[in-house]
Amino acid sequence: MTATEVKTVTLTIDGQEVTAPEGALLIDVCKSKGTEVPAFCYYEGYSLQAACRMCLVEIEKFPKLQASCTIPVAQGMVVKTESEQVVAARKDMLEFLLSNHPLDCPVCDKGGECELQDMTFRYGAGESRFTEIKVHTPEKQWSPVVYFDAPRCILCYRCVRACGEGMGVGALGVQYRGVVAEIVPNMNDHLNCDECGACIDICPVGALTSGMYRYKTRPWEMTHVGTICTHCSNGCKTTLGVKNDEIIRGNNRDRSGINDEFLCVKGRYAFDFNRHEARLTSPMVRKDGKLVEVPWSEALATVAKKFSETVAAGGTFGVVGSVHTTNEENYFLQKFARHGLKTANLDHQRTGDVPALVDALSIASGSVSGTSGSLATASDLYQCSAALVIGSDLSQQHPFLAWQLRANGRHHQARVYTVTPGPVREDAYSVAQLRYTDAASMSSAIASLHEKLKGERDLVILFGDAIKGADVKKLVEFGSSLGIPVKYVALVDYSNSRGAMDMGLLPHLAPGYKAAPAKGHALPEMVGAGLDVMWVVGAETPATNAKFTVVQDLFLTETAARADVVLPSASAYEKSGTVTSVCGEVQRLKPAVRTMGTKPDLEIMGLIAREMKLNLGIWTADKVFDEIRSSVPGYNVPLAVLQTGGAPQAQLVNGAVPLDNRPELVASAGDTMFTSGKLGRYSKTLTSVIEYPGKLYGPQAGKAQ
Amino acid sequence: MLFNEPHPLEVRVLTKRMHEPGYNGSVEAYERYGGYRQFLKAVEMTPEQIIEEVKISNLRGRGGAGFPTGMKWGFLPRQSPKPKYIVVNADESEPGTCKDRVLMENDPHLLIEGCLIAARMAGAQRGYIYIRGEYRYLIDITERAIDEAYRAGWLGENIKGTGITFHLRAHSGAGAYECGEESALLESLEGKRGNPRIRPPFPAVSGLYASPTVLNNVETFAAVPGILEMGGKAWADLGVAKAGGTKLTCLTGHFNKPGVYELPLGFPVEKMINEVGGGVRGGRKMKAFIPGGSSCPVLTGDEAWPLTMDYDSFAKAGSMLGSGGVILMDETTDMVKAALRIMHFYAHESCGWCIPCREGTAWLKKLLHRLDEGHGSTRDIDLVGDLAKNMLGRTFCPLGDAAALPTMSIVKKFRHEFEAKLAHAPIPAASPEQLVAIG
Amino acid sequence: MTFSPALEERFAKLVASYPEGRTRSAVIPMLIYAQDEVGAVTPELVDEVAKRCNVPRLQVEEVIGYYSMLHRKPMGKYHVQVCTNISCMLVGGMELYHHTAKKLGIGHKETTPDGVFSLEEVECMGACSWAPAVEINYDFHHHVTPEKLDVLLDGLKKVQ
Repeated sequence: MTATEVKTVTLTIDGQEVTAPEGALLIDVCKSKGTEVPAFCYYEGYSLQAACRMCLVEIEKFPKLQASCTIPVAQGMVVKTESEQVVAARKDMLEFLLSNHPLDCPVCDKGGECELQDMTFRYGAGESRFTEIKVHTPEKQWSPVVYFDAPRCILCYRCVRACGEGMGVGALGVQYRGVVAEIVPNMNDHLNCDECGACIDICPVGALTSGMYRYKTRPWEMTHVGTICTHCSNGCKTTLGVKNDEIIRGNNRDRSGINDEFLCVKGRYAFDFNRHEARLTSPMVRKDGKLVEVPWSEALATVAKKFSETVAAGGTFGVVGSVHTTNEENYFLQKFARHGLKTANLDHQRTGDVPALVDALSIASGSVSGTSGSLATASDLYQCSAALVIGSDLSQQHPFLAWQLRANGRHHQARVYTVTPGPVREDAYSVAQLRYTDAASMSSAIASLHEKLKGERDLVILFGDAIKGADVKKLVEFGSSLGIPVKYVALVDYSNSRGAMDMGLLPHLAPGYKAAPAKGHALPEMVGAGLDVMWVVGAETPATNAKFTVVQDLFLTETAARADVVLPSASAYEKSGTVTSVCGEVQRLKPAVRTMGTKPDLEIMGLIAREMKLNLGIWTADKVFDEIRSSVPGYNVPLAVLQTGGAPQAQLVNGAVPLDNRPELVASAGDTMFTSGKLGRYSKTLTSVIEYPGKLYGPQAGKAQ
Repeated sequence: MLFNEPHPLEVRVLTKRMHEPGYNGSVEAYERYGGYRQFLKAVEMTPEQIIEEVKISNLRGRGGAGFPTGMKWGFLPRQSPKPKYIVVNADESEPGTCKDRVLMENDPHLLIEGCLIAARMAGAQRGYIYIRGEYRYLIDITERAIDEAYRAGWLGENIKGTGITFHLRAHSGAGAYECGEESALLESLEGKRGNPRIRPPFPAVSGLYASPTVLNNVETFAAVPGILEMGGKAWADLGVAKAGGTKLTCLTGHFNKPGVYELPLGFPVEKMINEVGGGVRGGRKMKAFIPGGSSCPVLTGDEAWPLTMDYDSFAKAGSMLGSGGVILMDETTDMVKAALRIMHFYAHESCGWCIPCREGTAWLKKLLHRLDEGHGSTRDIDLVGDLAKNMLGRTFCPLGDAAALPTMSIVKKFRHEFEAKLAHAPIPAASPEQLVAIG
Repeated sequence: MTFSPALEERFAKLVASYPEGRTRSAVIPMLIYAQDEVGAVTPELVDEVAKRCNVPRLQVEEVIGYYSMLHRKPMGKYHVQVCTNISCMLVGGMELYHHTAKKLGIGHKETTPDGVFSLEEVECMGACSWAPAVEINYDFHHHVTPEKLDVLLDGLKKVQ
């Protein structure tokens, strides 16, 4: 028998004989066999409480009812989950729970989604025998996003665990005892935390409510659209609650994405940029030195005419793509530039050196190197036995990846090593915390871990922009020298930073990290090259000396304000397409709302092409993606998986990459947990939390202040 | 100082030194009266032999639960690579119980020697005496005794050249009955809220700092030197079958001579009341009897009268021996007020961890308060019993049962008093057949 | 915060009592010993204990409301704790409490305007066989009658 083989036991649940792994919790076994045992405090993945007493079941030979959340299954166990005695006990527990619970369901945000309502509906009494005075304390606001109504709280401690164990913050605790015991925030009367809202999401009742959502709707009045968060590169699924063409909630309670139910403050609340009053809703053309609103037809004609004339005259172009637009848009943009505009001057905001990693892996020796298998997925971070984090404040810059490592540490005792310029949250549970001040001390810090890492079963190395260019190759050589399976993540900043590179928004690389037909200018050279036309799609650039500038954006950024034509584009929450996460997982966007006057960038580009009478192929997201699948090496991901909400990983290691050897162009923007580049400035939620804008490698939230 | 005159019917093993003239509890006095010799004897014994002797003695945990101590010690994984700990539960807070105080105040080295023997058995190098915060003077006494023991070489490294190292400290609680529950005590000792832990694992396997821990009541540890001295068999013979030795019994309530007395297990209730306790005050009749702290089901006078002070006897009568805190209530007692005061206590002390105890005790307190003031209906009397029953056996830790059991018994046995309250009839409203005339 | 040399010595001993990395164990004893000197568990004291025990502030806050002997507001110079639990109640504990409340003119957990006395109705304090019992600060008084308590409180008042 190998170590991974699990012994099984046979037991009887409600008369049905079932087989389950020895030591599994009875409540989990019941669930896996289709029997739901109700519980408030039990929550998969978090420490056991046995506090709510709802999951009591009858087990033969036990004199008392047993909490199924803390009983491991055993051979021959005979369990009844819905016997008369059990159902009576649940009703009694609900009677106790409701005794001090305010029955303000008609005005409670949780109404309709409340587990206490559901449970009372299933087991509870229709009448109340409680005629005493209820315990009452006033509602409290703990932060712009977190409100707490203590009387509604049933003390299941889910929030305390989600914050402490899940997020690694520990900003919530319990104060007092007995019937007046109450959840309290870390700063006495307010919170200093990640503002992630996990506590609100996990609350089974309406005790914790969200400042953005409270009193806005009844849950059944919303439609729910599962799409991908457009902030950082982690690729979290966020389910947007939409009412009257307005996003009013973000969560992932259905655990449908790679992120399970994890979301950070950006994923859960920072969708509000979408409805910011500064959103552009009309195209603008510069007339007499001023940008004036014009119809789409006029704007598109102006752009097409300028583009066509410049191409005809053999003029020069500079094209800058976005780190938030879809793969389809990025692919179409590079195709437009290279084939339509005949230019190789193509770039985007580079935040991590993925090309160098793909190149290094293509030639590295080792058990899984030389293949895309050396690129870690988000799931690998939860499964690996060890992880090395270099040069990233992971919990702030890559909150979901950090969540995965924390969960791995909790559930599988994964060993985490950090090599960072300052304190990070991972320090709290990592086995080694090394600090560096410069490249040399970083290299020696990494080298000093060689012996320890050799002893690990396997390893995932996550590295930020501190490692780029030739250093990436050295890091991969270090990894190969360990003699254990090693996977890598080159950390990048934004929701489709990865896709921008994969789709060839680089002066020297075509889609799939193949050599571009011609090599052009990178962004810094474009700035002063006196180009005839500068085309900026959803990006920000320094002021250029280009003669004519076209900008597509959501907002009148400084770049857009300098442009000759501004085209209002739709946000990621308003369009279809795919994006690629930092770990290479390709996922679909679904449009949740529309903003009148805007168009998706793909449509804008398609319309310009049509005006120019260019044949660049059909410009719907599906058709462009078909072309990507068939032409970009590694992107032939299974469509069925993608369409059903899956996250297949792009397989990008397909041979050596012709690098431009310009590591100085790679730089993370250094966003904190509360900033998100351009989008963050337009999110009132992010800018309203006291922690905004935050600081990387600073004191950790929730720790002794 | 002693708190009450000794009684000739006492069998003094644990309390034998403190009654000697001039005995002051110092290490010199303790040594003079044979102290620490049983530890030296234990050093010559194997851990198995120590456990076996305790098993033979039929010593059962003196904190209230009455679990066989030898068996509990046997659960300790002595081969575990983790450090082992000795933890003394001196969080004496069960209403009606004041026995550990007597031991700790008058003979602190007896407890230290008990710990040393347990440490020898367990291979433990550290121990803590968790003392309730209200007993500050006992913390001071214990700390002084520990310092003395260090100076005299009975604590520290390589004790008396035996190669055994043991460090002991007193640790102050800060007011929480729940911390008398062993797993909550461990949480508290780790600096946390005193919420009980999920068991298993039991403290023997995963106790203090998730390490194997020997956790017993003060009186249990204090009994061990005597057991080694007289031999397990002789100790067992002092008591009854399955419950050996003596028990410090606290006579409280309406006794003529309340006090703490060391009585052998199986001592007749009648003799205890009439002779040791000097009868019921003012020659009144006995209405109710609680054998061992307010967590036990209440017995009527006539139920209690023929019983003996041991586990089986009270179990058969539907109650428990508990902690040894006898509470006697005479015919003038208002049983509704008694039920209310008991529930007031449990509501105050509920840690709030689990729903039935948190909500149940608070609800019952309010309900009993209302009934005591004469407001309500007979349905409310039923509700008291019903809510207590709904808590029983369903709470996370025994505190819920402790609140439910006396309440259920009072409602069942003294229902007429509740009815009298509702009828605004005078108190007492006692049923004559429940009263026992004493003497 | 600085404490008296005696308390500092007690803290030093306390912190050394627990194994390496287990200083959280010292939180509760430290709070109660410090409270005796400071008069209450003040926010500064919470910070200080958190620092000395190397735990997040919240973990200190969590225990304050849990343990009934810890309080955030100063009590009187003499904190009079009258037990009314069952064994004391049976022999006049309740009457003793009401007598004390009337005498001092304050209720449960209140302090006299001059700050000399505070009153608390407490749960069983382990003096059941010598009931009714009163604990003034940390001093036990047994078999207390209203008359005996009057003499005691008057004496304390005079010392004051």
